[in-house]
Amino acid sequence: MFSYYLDLALRSLRRNKALTALMVVAIALGIGASMTMLTVLHVLSGDPLPGKSQTLFYPQLDPRDKADYEAGAEPPRQVTWIDGMNLLRARRADRQALMTGGAVPIQPAQSSVDPFFSDARYTTADFFPMFDTPFRYGRGWSEADDDARSRVVVITSELNDKLFGGRDSTGQILRMKDTAFRIIGVLGDWRPNPHFYDLNMGDYSGLESVFLPLSVSRDLHLPLNGSRNCWGDGGSDEAHFETASCVWLQFWVQINEPAKVADYRNFLVRYSQEQQALGRFQRSPNVRLSGLMQWLDVNKVVPSDVRLQTWLALGFLLVCLVNTVGLMLAKFLRRSGELGVRRALGASRQAVFGQLLVESAVIGLAGGVFGLLLAFVGLWLVRRQPSDYAALAHMDLTMLAATFAAAIAASLCAGLLPAWRACQITPALQLKSQ
Amino acid sequence: MTLHPMIAALRRHKAGVVLIALQIALTLAIVCNAVFIIGQRVERVNRPTGLDESNLFLVSQQWVGAPSGDDPASVEKLDSLQQADLAALRSLPDVASVTPINSLPLLNSSWNGAVDLKPGTTGQGSFNGTRTTYYFSDEQALSTLGLHLVAGRNFTVADVQHRGFRDQGEPSLVILTKALGDKLFPKGDALGKVIFLNGATTPTTIIGMVERMQVPGTGSWTNSFVWNATLVPTRLDANFARYAIRAKPGRLDAAMHAVTPTLYAANPLRVLDDDSVKSFAQIRAEAYRADVGMAILMGVVCLILLAVTAAGIVGLTSFWVGQRHRQIGVRRALGARKIDILHYFQIENLVIASVGAVIGLMLAIGLNLLLMQSFEMERLPVAYVLAGIVMVLALGQGAVFVPARRASNVPPVVATRAA
Repeated sequence: MFSYYLDLALRSLRRNKALTALMVVAIALGIGASMTMLTVLHVLSGDPLPGKSQTLFYPQLDPRDKADYEAGAEPPRQVTWIDGMNLLRARRADRQALMTGGAVPIQPAQSSVDPFFSDARYTTADFFPMFDTPFRYGRGWSEADDDARSRVVVITSELNDKLFGGRDSTGQILRMKDTAFRIIGVLGDWRPNPHFYDLNMGDYSGLESVFLPLSVSRDLHLPLNGSRNCWGDGGSDEAHFETASCVWLQFWVQINEPAKVADYRNFLVRYSQEQQALGRFQRSPNVRLSGLMQWLDVNKVVPSDVRLQTWLALGFLLVCLVNTVGLMLAKFLRRSGELGVRRALGASRQAVFGQLLVESAVIGLAGGVFGLLLAFVGLWLVRRQPSDYAALAHMDLTMLAATFAAAIAASLCAGLLPAWRACQITPALQLKSQ
Repeated sequence: MTLHPMIAALRRHKAGVVLIALQIALTLAIVCNAVFIIGQRVERVNRPTGLDESNLFLVSQQWVGAPSGDDPASVEKLDSLQQADLAALRSLPDVASVTPINSLPLLNSSWNGAVDLKPGTTGQGSFNGTRTTYYFSDEQALSTLGLHLVAGRNFTVADVQHRGFRDQGEPSLVILTKALGDKLFPKGDALGKVIFLNGATTPTTIIGMVERMQVPGTGSWTNSFVWNATLVPTRLDANFARYAIRAKPGRLDAAMHAVTPTLYAANPLRVLDDDSVKSFAQIRAEAYRADVGMAILMGVVCLILLAVTAAGIVGLTSFWVGQRHRQIGVRRALGARKIDILHYFQIENLVIASVGAVIGLMLAIGLNLLLMQSFEMERLPVAYVLAGIVMVLALGQGAVFVPARRASNVPPVVATRAA
């Protein structure tokens, strides 16, 4: 029966080529635009560490003075050195890492490569196991290295390719700011999107090229990058940031068991109370503990232009669908005569309804195929944009399947009303007027 | 011709009429808001920075192995490096003037603070006073950037100080933009008055005012102080420096090419890459690329949307013409002229489109309110909606013309044939 309906549908679509083309193009445009934007949105609001993100949390404390105090306002989005080190040493979570961004001058051994500046991350030992970073060679450093202020460095595979031609460079020396560092690890293929652990670097910025212990960066006064907020008489130079009343570090914790999250929050409150009792904190405890995905929401990582464009594309799809409903309605009603004959010959209402739905599904399928092509063109255009997320806009299998599902669902929806109207006709009336 | 029979006829295919009206309404709502967004972006992109942007370019560079400390000896060493660069650049034949500056409008790298009329009231990092952006430069800033001094005087060589990048301390003299001066002193008598920068207790005197100068940030967070710039006569000494350079008229390319070799000749221990020398036109294009992209995208979507709606009207009306083929013949046989048939379909479309336009008007305003809640949108001006209504009515008339003409060409003899 299905193949008979399919045959009928194709015949009917062929009979009125211009109209068929119009319906297919309308659905294709709507689907193409929507799927392009939904894919971009899907990529941008994706999980940077699938399978791991639900165990990662970002604590916030409020160490500021009483000036501009507003009860319940959001605490600063970074921590001070003192609080960061206290929380790090307290080890109340399964893993914890303190970090900040910077830039270091790299002085390659070979004379053919000029010295250059490279983005760096100064962090502590747990960074690598906590974020599940893959290693091509070697490994990260240990807490002992942090404490001993070992001059060790982990580099990305890109930097390894540039300086060492992709060979295993662990054990080699890398000179940065006139200081020799021993390479102990080369990262594998890793580019978390968004750059969740420090959103001050640009929400979708690439990975830093070198990672080295935070303690060493402070010893050598390596230049810092990122955002800092000071209060009171806090503004001081970078060399004395350890004691300044400024927030400039990011602190992440891993808590494996959901039950322990509340414990950690209580710990943060107790810590704030202690600090208040000591006179360091002047405000009453105001803590937050956001999960990774929640933290991305709080920071409104997905650009508002992308959300606006997605709504525009969906609106566009709606107009295209209304357009298709109108055209299908006209088309089906015009075939009242033919449908009347089928009904008079014994086809049930259901059968006629099914036949018309097959016809709209065929249009949906064709629209989906063209819409998919348009979505590929659209994504190619998005990738040519200069924004930092542009390179990420790629179609994946989920979105590919979703495109077809959306196209067929959309055209079936568009076909429902016309098909229902068309099977309401009374066969006798149609036959009489012939 | 009265509308009554036409409306009675429309009742016979309610669903089709509702769908066309709905499509017109949705199109109107989306197109009005999209065109409004385009208008806003275009307005943003075209606002003048206050600079004379032609023949202006910027050099950003970093010294390698320069001192990084904040002690006086390091600061003096860095300042001598900077002075040497300035002298080398100023001696170039194609260069009209050079000024060291920490940022430029549209560069998205800014040094922000707050100014107040009372000492010590504005804390570091908080913005109780009036927000402003600082441009640290020297006595050649006005001539190099092409700023118009509207009151007071320019900096002199003697006014210009220098200090380490991270040192505290506020200048004794500043030039403000007129917008900032008028905000602080609404009577317009800011010249010669004393203000306090960033909660300092030492006073700063306003010695001049420039007509207009935009802040470096282009994000929405700068909307509240976009014209509040403060020029400080201080060279900042750090291991990097930026120089704004005005080339002699028509010599921009030559001057831009001469800069890199000149700086390397003056001191080879530095990093200059492809992005280091940028014309202001490039800076402007990069700053507004996302806005221009958004405007183009919105424009394309609007055009396609209008095309789809027009095609829908053509398609549906063609069907109606086909459906009423015989009735049209009967009307013609009873004496209706071709023009009557043409008018019938045109007026029918006008009625449907008007209903759609009225619904669309409400949808457009509703959509605008929604967008205002979740995005940075302003209220949609009525003019946009009215223009939109005229546009969809014209679109409907344009689209209906072809099928209506075909209807008017139906010969009266059709009435005598069997269906």
